[in-house]
Amino acid sequence: MRLEAVSKSYSHRGRMVAALDDASLEITPGDFVAVVGPSGSGKSTLLLVLGGMLSPSAGQVFLNGRSLYDLSPNARADMRRKKIGFVFQTFNLVPYLTALENVQIPLFLAGLDEATQKQRATALLERVGLGDRLDHKPPELSIGEQQRVALARVLANDPEIILADEPTGNLDPETGQQILDLLAEMNREGRTVVMVTHDPRAAARAKRTLRLQAGRIMPTTN
Amino acid sequence: MHLRKLVWREMFERKNQLATSFLAILLGIAVVVSIKNITFYSEKAVAAQLDALGANVLVLPKSVSLQDYYSADMQNDEFPEEYVNRLALSDLQGLDNLSPKLSVPVKLKDRGFTLTGILPKSEFQAKAMWAGAGIFSRPAEGCGTVADVPGAFRPEAKEMLVRQRVIEDLTDTEALIGADVAAILGTKEGDRLDVLGRSFTVTAVLPQTGTVDDSRIFAHLHTVQELAGKGPVINAIEIVGCCKEISGGLVQKINKLLPDAKVVTVTQVVDTQVKTNGMMARLSLIFLGIIVLVGGASIANYMYANVFERRREIGTLMALGAGSAVILKMFLLKALLLGLAGGICGYILGTVLAVALGPRLAGIPVLPMPMLVLWAVGISVAIALAASYFPARRAARLDPCATLQEM
Repeated sequence: MRLEAVSKSYSHRGRMVAALDDASLEITPGDFVAVVGPSGSGKSTLLLVLGGMLSPSAGQVFLNGRSLYDLSPNARADMRRKKIGFVFQTFNLVPYLTALENVQIPLFLAGLDEATQKQRATALLERVGLGDRLDHKPPELSIGEQQRVALARVLANDPEIILADEPTGNLDPETGQQILDLLAEMNREGRTVVMVTHDPRAAARAKRTLRLQAGRIMPTTN
Repeated sequence: MHLRKLVWREMFERKNQLATSFLAILLGIAVVVSIKNITFYSEKAVAAQLDALGANVLVLPKSVSLQDYYSADMQNDEFPEEYVNRLALSDLQGLDNLSPKLSVPVKLKDRGFTLTGILPKSEFQAKAMWAGAGIFSRPAEGCGTVADVPGAFRPEAKEMLVRQRVIEDLTDTEALIGADVAAILGTKEGDRLDVLGRSFTVTAVLPQTGTVDDSRIFAHLHTVQELAGKGPVINAIEIVGCCKEISGGLVQKINKLLPDAKVVTVTQVVDTQVKTNGMMARLSLIFLGIIVLVGGASIANYMYANVFERRREIGTLMALGAGSAVILKMFLLKALLLGLAGGICGYILGTVLAVALGPRLAGIPVLPMPMLVLWAVGISVAIALAASYFPARRAARLDPCATLQEM
C-alpha cells in the first residue's frame, strides 16, 4: 500500500482546510502501523483515503500496485469487499440485525449462500468469544461485545488490510486490551493493520507509529 | 442473510414510520377499489332496471306514432319481416335483443283479444350464426345484458318475454297467454286453446303487467302470419339496445339500414344511465389522482426520511463493500413490498367496504371482484416504486465518508 504526494483539502465556511498535505507513505504487507496526532490533524482522513472511501485532491494511492482512485466507485467497493476491513470507533453494527446476521453482511455481499454464511459467521463469533451471543441484537450486547462483533465482521471476508479508527476509543481499559489483543493476533496472521488512536498504550502495541501534524506526516518512531 | 431479509427486518424495525405510508396507500387503494366495485354493480343494476322497462328502441312503420303503439299496439301499417334479418346480419354494435311482432285482433268467447306473433330468438340467432356475422356472433356486452352479472337473477321464459320482449324457443303449436286472457277464458298452463281455427298448447300464463300484454295471446310469428293471411310482414320490432351505443348514434344507424321504417328510442332513460356511468368513471379517476398525489408524496417523504436516518448504515454497508446497485435495490425492494402490501390490503378493505356499504349507499347487492386485485396491486406497486426511485437513487449516490461522520 502506497501513498504518493497525497493532499486532501475541504472547503469549510468558505475557507480551504488542508486535511492531508503532500503525504507520502509506504506500508508493507504484514505491517502494524499506529497513526497518532492531535484532533483535526488528518488521521481519519488518511484512513479513509487508504480505504478507497475518499478521493484525494492531489496525488495517488496504490494498492497491490493498482491506482485505487483510477478505478470506478463500484470497482473500489469491490476492492474493499475483497481486501479491506474497516473497524469503527462506534462499531457501526446494523441495530436491527443479530450478531450473527451482522457478521453475515460481508459474506452476503460476496455472494455466498446462506448456509456457508452462517457457518463462517458462527465460527468467527466463537473465535472472538461470542459463541453464546449469536442471536443477540447490538442493543442487547455490552460495548465490548459490540466491538468484538465488529471485529468478527471485519474478518468475515478474510481481508489483507484492516483499517481501524479509534477501535478502543469507546471502551474501558480492560475491554480495550482485549480488542488490541485481537488486532495483534490478526496482524500475526499476516494481515496489515493501520490503526488511528489517541491512546499511547494502544499505539505501543503497533510495530511502528506515524505522527500526523496539520495534515503532514512527521518523521516515524519505533 | 440476503437482501429480502435485510429489507424485511428494517421495515419492522421502524414500523411506526412505515405505518403512515402504508395507511396512505392502503386507504387510497381501498377507496378506489370500493368505488369501482360499487360502480360495476350499480351499472349492472341500472342496466337490469332498464331491461325491466322492456325495449328501449322501437322500429315502427313510418305512419305510426309512439303513442299509437303504446295505446293500441295494432296498426294497419306493416313492413317486411326481412327487416329483422337485415338487423340481425348487420354489424351494428349495441343491439341486444330483437323482437319482431305482428299483432292481429281475435275474438274468443265474444271477447276481443290480441293475437301477437313473435319470433323466438333461437331462429334469427341461428341465421346470423350461419352467416358467420351479425350481431349475435359477438359476445353480448350491452347495458341491457343481465345474464352476465355474477349471481344475478336469471329469468325464466315467461319473464323473459315480459321483461326482455324475447323468448328463446317457441314451436308452431305453442302459445303464451296474458293474465287477463287466462282469467277470462279460465285457461291454465297445459290447456288447449283454439284461435282462428288452430289449436295451441298453452305453455305459460304470463304474470299480470297492467299493460296491453295482459290481453295478448303470444304465438309463433309465422303461424300468426299464416292465420292472418298477411304473408311475411310485421308491424313492429322491439329492440333492447345498449344505452352507450344508443347515445352514440345507434338510432341513426338503424334508420340508415331501414330507411322505410321509423326508429324511436326512450332517450331520457338512456341519457340518465350514460350520465351516471360517466360521473362514476370521473369520480374514480379523481380518486385515483388523489392516491397518486397523496400516497406517492407520503411514500416519497417517508423514503427520503428513511435514507437520511439510515445514512450511517448505508455508509457502513458501502465500507463493507456494497456497491451502489445493492443500495438502490435495497430501497426499491422495500418500495415493492410496501406497494404489494398496500395493494393487497387495499383491495381487501375496499372490497369489504363495497360489499358492506353498497346495499346501504346504492341500494344494490355488491359481490367481490377478484380481477380488481390485479388492478389494485399494479397501481399500488407502480406508485410506490415511482415515489421511491429518487430517494433510492440518492441513497445509492451517498458519499460514504459523509455518512460516517465520526471518521
